[in-house]
Amino acid sequence: MIIGLDVGGTHTDVVLLGKQGLINEVKVPTDASNLFRSVLSGLNKITKGVEPQEIHRAVFSTTLTTNAIVQNNLPPIGMIVSSGPGVDPEFFRTNDHYFPVSGSIDHRGREIKPIDPAEIKTISKTLKKSGIPYVGVVSKFSVRNPSHELAIYEILKDDFEKVFLGHRISGNLNFPRRISTTYLNAAVYPIHKEFYDAIIKSIEQKWLHIPLHILKADGGTMSLEASMDFPGQTIVSGPAASIMGSIPFAPVQQDCLVLDIGGTTTDMAVLIDRVPVLDPLGTSLSYYKTLIRSLYTHSIGIGGDSFVRVEDGHLKIGPDRKGSAMAYGGQSPTPTDALCVIGLIKDGDNEKARNGIQQIADQLGDPLQTAALKIFDATYKKIISEARAMIDRINSKPVYTIHELQEGYKVDPKQILIIGGPAPYFARHIEEYSGIAVGVVPKWKVANAIGAALARTTCEVVFFADTERGFASSPEENFYESIDRSFTRDDALKKANELLKAKALHKGANPEDLELEVLEDLQFNMVRGFHSTGKNIRIKVQVKPGILSEYADIAEMLLV
Amino acid sequence: MLSARHKTGLVFFPAFDWAISPTHPEREERLLYTQDQVFEEGLFDIEGIIEFKPDLVLVKDIQRVHFCVPDVWNVTTESHFISAGGAKTIGSAVLSKEIERGFALVRPPGHHAMRIVHGSRGFCNINIEAIMIEYLRRAYKIDKVAIVDTDCHHGDGTQDIYWHDPDTLFISIHQDGRTLYPGTGFTNELGGPNAVGTTLNIPLPPNTSEEGFLHVMKHVIKPVLDDFKPDLIVNSAGQDNHFTDPLANMNFSAQGYAALTSILQPDIAVLEGGYSIEGALPYVNVGIILAMAGIDYSKVKEPDYNPDKIRQSSEITKAIEKIGETVLSYWQRRNSLRDQIQRTEGFDQRTRSIFYDTDGISEKQKEKIRPCNDCGGALCIDSSSDRGHHILAIHIPLKACAKCKETGYAWYESADRSAYGMVVLQDRTEDIYLEKK
Repeated sequence: MIIGLDVGGTHTDVVLLGKQGLINEVKVPTDASNLFRSVLSGLNKITKGVEPQEIHRAVFSTTLTTNAIVQNNLPPIGMIVSSGPGVDPEFFRTNDHYFPVSGSIDHRGREIKPIDPAEIKTISKTLKKSGIPYVGVVSKFSVRNPSHELAIYEILKDDFEKVFLGHRISGNLNFPRRISTTYLNAAVYPIHKEFYDAIIKSIEQKWLHIPLHILKADGGTMSLEASMDFPGQTIVSGPAASIMGSIPFAPVQQDCLVLDIGGTTTDMAVLIDRVPVLDPLGTSLSYYKTLIRSLYTHSIGIGGDSFVRVEDGHLKIGPDRKGSAMAYGGQSPTPTDALCVIGLIKDGDNEKARNGIQQIADQLGDPLQTAALKIFDATYKKIISEARAMIDRINSKPVYTIHELQEGYKVDPKQILIIGGPAPYFARHIEEYSGIAVGVVPKWKVANAIGAALARTTCEVVFFADTERGFASSPEENFYESIDRSFTRDDALKKANELLKAKALHKGANPEDLELEVLEDLQFNMVRGFHSTGKNIRIKVQVKPGILSEYADIAEMLLV
Repeated sequence: MLSARHKTGLVFFPAFDWAISPTHPEREERLLYTQDQVFEEGLFDIEGIIEFKPDLVLVKDIQRVHFCVPDVWNVTTESHFISAGGAKTIGSAVLSKEIERGFALVRPPGHHAMRIVHGSRGFCNINIEAIMIEYLRRAYKIDKVAIVDTDCHHGDGTQDIYWHDPDTLFISIHQDGRTLYPGTGFTNELGGPNAVGTTLNIPLPPNTSEEGFLHVMKHVIKPVLDDFKPDLIVNSAGQDNHFTDPLANMNFSAQGYAALTSILQPDIAVLEGGYSIEGALPYVNVGIILAMAGIDYSKVKEPDYNPDKIRQSSEITKAIEKIGETVLSYWQRRNSLRDQIQRTEGFDQRTRSIFYDTDGISEKQKEKIRPCNDCGGALCIDSSSDRGHHILAIHIPLKACAKCKETGYAWYESADRSAYGMVVLQDRTEDIYLEKK
């Protein structure tokens, strides 16, 4: 049996899954001031009557780090940024204690200008004086050569509780994102540590000695232990949890659009043969653009509780939410009220819903039913047009080879899956309007926790080889090797896959779930003065996000 | 947060799977380090900088500009359709006001490709700027266009295509043709009899540095542009004037390129040459992108940049000032020069030999133009190559007067089909391309 536990802002959802399907589900209120109690009470309830040794795995998903960032509730952090020539690093300032310093590394990883240890020591003193325990260190092109980040780390390491290094956070190029990602990792570290401690304490009480995992933004998991070095990877795992929960119901060898229609927002994502499409660079949150691997999701301010009004004679829906639907005690009309008026929703206070929609009908000069239908139409049509725009964006992603431009995969969903309370009411209409078959994800109230429970461990490795300079590296994995001119692309692929396997297993992957995929495989002849001087090889491999293979057939069980 | 003052579009298409040959300067690796630098600087994340996927041009877009011999497929590869397509994508986005400015960072380049194409010259097969401009003229009804070619090599292809067009001002600034390929682009090359002065050449001595380029930009090119008042300014943004370029001998820098771009304020820039792939391109391209977007570029510097070391001598400064004066005076006297030239009776003719260095083809051309003060004039080119092709190509310009149109069709109708491999007509007034059966 496995456990999925999703700590939301207001509720904590917990599920217990077995080969026979969903064994139990519980919902407990989240007490932000005492997480330990929320997690423990959730675990207590879900494991009632279950022997601890029957449980093999638990995955936790949390919105705590996300909320801390969105609410800008972050502690002071020290940031040391070595840029060299280029865009002024002052533009990428993340916080007050942000120090651009000297030192420069070029695009091939060659040192152009060393760092100045005295400068770092001065900054270190300043930070210590301000009582700052966490520091982020980032240099430009550190993923080609991390020696400056490491040299700065050596100076700082004994004086701070934890130092986060840019090159360990992602192997991808993007200096501004490396800065913000390193900053966020440092900034959410204390709040994540609290969560970590709460889980460890709860689990110890339950005498559970099982692999513990944390859900990441890419819909995969990492071990709880690993999350302490990369706490930033837990951000925006909320939408990922629900999307992963839809996978058992998604078609194989087809594209599928997933719509998670909530009260305030609708989140959307695309699955290709049950594998979610990932954001090419990394997720964005608040005003931070990051290198954190994440699902490609799009969120719009339209949901069951969106505020409906008439402006300049035109119907407007969302993005604000003014509270619940009038049918459920709210003050302003919503799409949910329209569904009540149409008769699709039977519970709730129909009288109040009618009153609300009547205001809209009066302003539009329409009969009540017409107005309700207009609101309903506008709601799902907006959702579909936004989904189409998202798919267009995925398909218009720039590519850099003739081959990809000509043969590039085009997403074309043949099925839509809807998650969320209003899902059943929308299904038929969305199917008629879009011309695409629509399915509804069962057990939608706990799809998030189910998604967390079923998620595999994922990770990525970026590998680089330069035979002219005679080295291969993957700084994120702390891998450096001297190579000679005979090093080939096949050698590089083999090495990258080895590193990936080791990393995945280290992060807690099941050996049977290591579905490896090559994301980038480029080799360039380096020519200087009309002579070939070496090869420049770039490889990127990943473990695909997906659900645990032993639970691949759980969908049928969940439908029961 | 960092945001662009001018909303700027980019097409970045490095064609990582295309080369003229494995060790050719125009090879897969050319924009690799530029990509690294552009990605690492996070330029595509800047608010107001938008990356577009390139469209492909159509055969029709190519035939609006070129006569390809024996046909389009024989003288192009997919990569040419994409690089011209990238320019077209950027041009369309600018004119549909999706973006304020745009930069097509594409390869292969195009500015050595002339109106008639038998093969590749100077690494170019089709003229990507001209294909873009003529598409934009058709789709967006723009009229006057200025092309400022800042590649180190004379933009002889673009010059050839617009030689007779009074509505297209072509200005090329390049290393003196006596010292560099293609060996043309002297100040006295001013355009055909119907378009005298709308071709201007500014050959600069080897070792010209920032001072010289910026002098010419401010004191020659800018005033001419202010006078001409184009609807659109296009920059053929070659980057081989750089002090590290292996194929040329100039002393320009990333700072200089960025400053030049800020002064010129092009609506559209299109990458041309530039073969210092590690030492120059990564920095020059970042500089140009920032300058176009109106973002501070003062810290964009090559690792080995030392302005004192590359500063030009006072002799060079004087020589450049003098060239500038000559060019300006040609521009100011362009109407009287045209009257002088047009005084000759009948059709104006010229005979030329053209060498395609990349493909090793020799071409002979006999060209005649109808002198006309109402339009660019009907143009007829008899072209043969040492590959055995022989073509009669007739061009009726976009704004052709009735007389010139009539003349063009008369040439086409009366041509002896059996004397040529092909007889073709480009009637731009109807946007059609005809081949005589």
